[in-house]
Amino acid sequence: MKLITAIIKPFKLDDVKDALKAANVTGITVTEVRGFGRQGGHVETYRGAEYKVDLIPKVRLELVVEDAVADRVVEVIVKSAGTGKIGDGKVWISDVSRVVRIRTGEEGRDAI
Amino acid sequence: MEPAGLTWVLISSALVLFMTPGLAFFYGGMDRRRNVLNMLMMNFYCILAVPVLWMLAGYSLAQVPFESDWIGGFDAFALGDLTTVGDGGALATIAFLGMFAAITPALISGAVAGRMKFAAWAVFVPLWLFIVYVPIFKWVYGGWLGQRGSLDFAGGTAIHVNAGIAALAAVFVLGRRKVDPAPPHSMPLVMIGTGILWFGWFGFNAGSALNANGQAAQAFMNTFLAGAAAGLAWIITEWVRDGRPTNLGAASGIVAGLVAVTPAAGYVSGIAPIVIGLVAGAICCYAVRLKTKFRYDDALDVVGVHFVGGLVGSLLIGFFANPKFFEAEFGAGLFYGGDLSLLAEQALANGAAIVWSFTLTFVIMKVLDVVMGVRVEEQAELTGLDLALHSETAYHD
Repeated sequence: MKLITAIIKPFKLDDVKDALKAANVTGITVTEVRGFGRQGGHVETYRGAEYKVDLIPKVRLELVVEDAVADRVVEVIVKSAGTGKIGDGKVWISDVSRVVRIRTGEEGRDAI
Repeated sequence: MEPAGLTWVLISSALVLFMTPGLAFFYGGMDRRRNVLNMLMMNFYCILAVPVLWMLAGYSLAQVPFESDWIGGFDAFALGDLTTVGDGGALATIAFLGMFAAITPALISGAVAGRMKFAAWAVFVPLWLFIVYVPIFKWVYGGWLGQRGSLDFAGGTAIHVNAGIAALAAVFVLGRRKVDPAPPHSMPLVMIGTGILWFGWFGFNAGSALNANGQAAQAFMNTFLAGAAAGLAWIITEWVRDGRPTNLGAASGIVAGLVAVTPAAGYVSGIAPIVIGLVAGAICCYAVRLKTKFRYDDALDVVGVHFVGGLVGSLLIGFFANPKFFEAEFGAGLFYGGDLSLLAEQALANGAAIVWSFTLTFVIMKVLDVVMGVRVEEQAELTGLDLALHSETAYHD
């Protein structure tokens, strides 16, 4: 099993979610996060004083999938989250050693 | 007091009370999210402590007898001489003036945001009320400054210039914050607070006619126009200067215009409130930058908006006061048949208020600093005053 983690632009969340649903993904977890990458921050002006905002809002998606579909899911995310502009985010895959569904105690692929 | 006048003064009193929560939101939104509850509490504390003190001794010292030059006495201690309820006019006026006494120290809270001990604030407010606010209020209303002919319709000198310069003295003693200033944590809260302030300000200014009459209606109109004109002037100024009109600019301009028209509200008419608003909005848009240049940490710009705005409005009375329009006997401004004498009286009144307020506020803060310390521990400042001083957090999941 693989854990797929993606950091994306907040306004792309709906597109990515719909694309993942269409690809038969059974569940995702979404977190609002802040961070910086190559995009850097931006400047805001209040009463004429400039403030550098280094950490900008992003959305983090997490989903656990079977090994066989991991690469395809990544492709779906990359395609649906992309705008071609700097700051689109990243996706990565990690190995997962065990998954348990809390309600039933099912493990492994049954728990996904 | 006539029933119509009494009704308007009572409604106005409630409107002015509402301004203090409005001010709390205006300041609270500009503050950091970890300090917002401390800011609300500093403001709400003023509408807890001041009404009680005002009833007990504040009103008596500030107004009774009305002819006293410098300070009243204790003839109306705990409103003692009100032996009958009468037509309600006296009680309504005392309540109305009590609302003003409550919001004036609250104005100072914006300057000391983020680093003042709440215990020190809790002692500062009563001391400042009796040592600074009450005497200046007396001088302006019935006392030596008023008798000389200076004009202050609803509290430009007695409230905004007074609190604004006190804010400067307070931050001199308090020192700068340890952490760099942050952008406002909630601009929508700032805008809600601005709306409440403007709404309440109609009671503040038009209620100061202490009657339901033509002067009240003109003061109402002036409050409407000056707030709008100053908001326009501020966003145009920053649009040209910084490239973008901002919500905080609109809010700050509205408040600056309301401050500026406060002393003038019952003395000017026609396009004068628009001119006052435009001038105040543009000047205050630059005045808020003075703190960067002179490195005093007036956190939420009490000096730049209230002191400067109040002074601009008060001095402009010297040009725009129009006794003929109001069919009343007060000094005429330069543009309405007067000479420079009214302007000179306005300058003198503000000068006297500035010297007294700055000096005594500085002394009060210094004494408090020696006796109990005015500044929170560095750790409290870094982790946030809400948790450190009040065991509360503004935003939970």
